[in-house]
Amino acid sequence: MKTAIVNKIIPFSNVDGPGNRTAIFFQGCSFACLYCHNPETIHLCRHCGECVEQCPVNALSMKNGKVVWDDEICCECDTCIKVCPHLSSPKTKLMKVADIVEYIKPHVAFIEGITVSGGECMLQADFLLELFKEMKKMGLTCLIDSNGTVDFRKHTSLLDISDGVMLDVKAFDNDFHRQICKYDNLSVKQNLDYLQSIHKLLEVRTVLLPNQDEQNEATVNYVSKCLKEGITYKLLRFRPYGVRFEGVEYFGKESVSEEYAEKFKNIVLKNGHNDIIIV
Amino acid sequence: MSKVSEIIKDPTLTYQQQVLSLARLAESEDDSLPRDKAFIEALQDGVLCDLGEGLAPYRPRYIVPDYELLMKKGCEFLDIAPPSDIWEATNALLIFYKHVPSITSFPVYLGNFSTLFAPFDTEEEITRKALKLFLQHIDKTLTDSFVHSNIGPKENRVGHIILDLTKEMQLAIPNLTLLYNPEKTSNEFALKCVDCMLETSKPSFANDAMYAKNMDGNYAIVSCYNALKIAGGGYTLPRIRLYDASLKAKDADDFLNNILPYYVEVLLKNMDQRITYIVEESSFFKSNFLAKEGFVKQENFTGMFGVVGLAECTNNLLGISDKSKGYGHDKDAEKLASTILDKIHDMVEAHHGVYCEGCNNTYVMHAQVGIDTDGTENSPGCRIPIGSEPELRDHLLLEAKMHKHFISGIGDIFKFDKTWNKNPQAILDIIKGAFTSGMRYFTGYNADNDVVRVTGYLVKRSEIEKLRNNEASLNQVTLYGKGAEEKGKALSRRVYENSNR
Repeated sequence: MKTAIVNKIIPFSNVDGPGNRTAIFFQGCSFACLYCHNPETIHLCRHCGECVEQCPVNALSMKNGKVVWDDEICCECDTCIKVCPHLSSPKTKLMKVADIVEYIKPHVAFIEGITVSGGECMLQADFLLELFKEMKKMGLTCLIDSNGTVDFRKHTSLLDISDGVMLDVKAFDNDFHRQICKYDNLSVKQNLDYLQSIHKLLEVRTVLLPNQDEQNEATVNYVSKCLKEGITYKLLRFRPYGVRFEGVEYFGKESVSEEYAEKFKNIVLKNGHNDIIIV
Repeated sequence: MSKVSEIIKDPTLTYQQQVLSLARLAESEDDSLPRDKAFIEALQDGVLCDLGEGLAPYRPRYIVPDYELLMKKGCEFLDIAPPSDIWEATNALLIFYKHVPSITSFPVYLGNFSTLFAPFDTEEEITRKALKLFLQHIDKTLTDSFVHSNIGPKENRVGHIILDLTKEMQLAIPNLTLLYNPEKTSNEFALKCVDCMLETSKPSFANDAMYAKNMDGNYAIVSCYNALKIAGGGYTLPRIRLYDASLKAKDADDFLNNILPYYVEVLLKNMDQRITYIVEESSFFKSNFLAKEGFVKQENFTGMFGVVGLAECTNNLLGISDKSKGYGHDKDAEKLASTILDKIHDMVEAHHGVYCEGCNNTYVMHAQVGIDTDGTENSPGCRIPIGSEPELRDHLLLEAKMHKHFISGIGDIFKFDKTWNKNPQAILDIIKGAFTSGMRYFTGYNADNDVVRVTGYLVKRSEIEKLRNNEASLNQVTLYGKGAEEKGKALSRRVYENSNR
C-alpha cells in the first residue's frame, strides 16, 4: 500500500469546502510562498537534528540518523518548527491509506467529506487516488485544495473520482509570481482553464497583499473575467500570523483591511462575477 | 440574622423572589414527608441531594400540560373559551401559564409554539406582532430560565417567526429547543436554527427520533433539557453525586458491587416516599384544575433519577488525579463509566416505581446539570470537566456513548468561535453525526454572547454583573448562573475554534 507524509489532520474543519470536513495536510510543497501561513509544510525533513536539542520536553530524538517525534510527550509548543532552518517540521507522520481510513471511521457520520491540502497535495496524486477510492466507499465527498503546479490533465482518473478542486491563483503577472512563490504560474493558468472546462473547479482563491494595488488588481481582474458563474471566488485578506521572517519583511506586519478587500470585491462584481466571498 | 430577615434584607432579590424564598423556607421547615435515616445520612454526607425539593412537596417538580387541549377546548376553571385567532391564543396561554405550578413556581413548559400557533397564523405581520408581545410578556413575567418552549420538528412560518424574534430580541427567557429530526425537519430550517443558536444560545437541538421512540412520540423538552411525557411530567428529581459516593469505596469493584447499589436503593426508596406523598397527601392531583380538566394525567408522571459527577467518580476510582488524562481522554475511564451507568440503569429499571403507570411503572434516569454548590468536584451528568475538554471530535464521540440510558434527558454545551457562523452547515453536520451516534441533546453558542448557556439554562452576562453590583436581576436564575460561574467555572468551557494552520 502507498504511503505519504502527513503534516496534520484536522478532524472537523469549517473552512475547507462545504459543511464539516476532515482536512488532511500533506508535507512538501512545489511553491515556497513568502506569505505562507504554514511554512513548516514546504519541505520534507532533512533530519539535520537542529530541533532535537531545543525541544523543551524531549519529545524529539535521533534514531539511526533520523529525527523521531513522540506525539504522546509533545506539548505542541512548536519550538521545533520555529528553529527549523529548512521550512520543515519533525512533527509529521508517514501514513498508509489504511491509517487514514482507520482515523476517519469513528467520525464518518459527522462529516460531509474530506479535503486534501498541504503543502501541495497533488505531489501525492497516486496516494490520493487510492485514498479517494476508500473514502467513496464510506460515502464521503473528496475535494482537492491545490496550488496548481501539477498538470491536472495527467490525472484524469483522480479528477473523475474527486468532487472538485479548490485552486489558488496567487498572481497573474509571472515575474511577480516568481518573486513571491519562487516558481512560474504557467501551469496554474492552464489548470484554471482545464478544470473549468471539465466542470471540476469549485473555488478559486487569491490572497490580497498589502501595498500591492497593481498586482492585486491584475490578478483579481484576470480571475474574475475568466470564471464561470457558480464557481466561488474567495479573496483572502493577507494576515501576518504564522508568516516567516522573510515574508513579514516583504509584506509588513499589518493585515489587509476589510475596506481594502471591498475595493477588489467591487472589481469582481463589475466584471460580472457574483459568487464572491471575502475572508 | 434569621433566615427570614436575611431574605427580607437582601437587595439583590426582587419582591417576587423574596416571596418565593420565604415560601421555600416554610416548605423546608415541615416534617410530614417520611424519610429514612439512611437517606438523611446520605444527604448530610453529600452523596445524595434532594435538589431543594423541601420536606412537604405540594406539587410535582415538573408539570407538562397538554396545551393542545387548551386550544381545542379552552379551560373551564380559568373561564377561557377555545381561541379563534392569534390574539386570543396568546392571551389564553399567558393566562394559563400563571397557573402552572412547578418546583420553581414558574411553568417549566410553555408548549410547542410551531404547532400551537399554526392554526392562527393567517397574516404574517399580525402573527409577528402578536408573538413579539407574547415573548416580551413571558420574559418579563415568567422570570425564570427554566421556562422552556419547543419548536419543530416540522418547519412552518410560525417557526421562522419565532427564530427571527428570538435572534432580534436577545432574551434569556424562554429556553427554546428544536425537536430535530432530519427526516422531518428541512435542512433550511435547521440551518436557521443553527444560526440563531450561535448568536442567541438557543434553540438547542433535541434528538427527536430517539426521544420519540422512547416515549411513543408524546414528549416535550422542559426545564433545562428534561424529556417528559406531555400531559404528564416529573414528580421529583433527587440526585446521586457519584464523586462523593466513590470516596466511600475501597476500589472500583467495591464501588460497583456495594457502594453504588446501596445508594441507588436509598435514593429509589426516597423517590417512592416523595411520590407517594405528592399523590396521596398533597391536594394537587385531587383538586387542581390541571388534573381535573385533563391537562395532566397522574399516570403520565414519573420520577427522575438524577446523576452527576460521573467524570470525577471514574477518575477517582482509577486513581487519576490529572483530569486532562482521565475521563474524556482515557479508554479505561470510558469503560468504567459505561459500566457504572449500566449498573444504575439496571437497578432503576428493575425497581417498581410508584404512580407511574403510563411510564411502564419505572423511573427514568436524568443527567442533571448540577447546582452551584457542586463546585468542580461533580461535573454535570456525564460531562467532561470544564477545562479538560478534548478536541471536539473526541468530545462528541465520548458523549454519544454515554447518552443511551438517559431517557429523561442528558445533553452538553459546546462553545464555538465566530468562524463557524460562516459555515452553519458544518455545525449541522456535526449535530447530525452526534444524533446518529446516539447523542440525545446538543447545544452551542458563540464565545462572546451576552445570552449564554450556563449548565443547561440561559442567563445574560450583563444580568450577572447587576448582581455583582448589588442590584436585583428580574430573572431568578441569574443567581444560579453567577454561582455556577464562580464556583464551577461554568462559563469557561473550551472554545472550539477552527484550528490554526
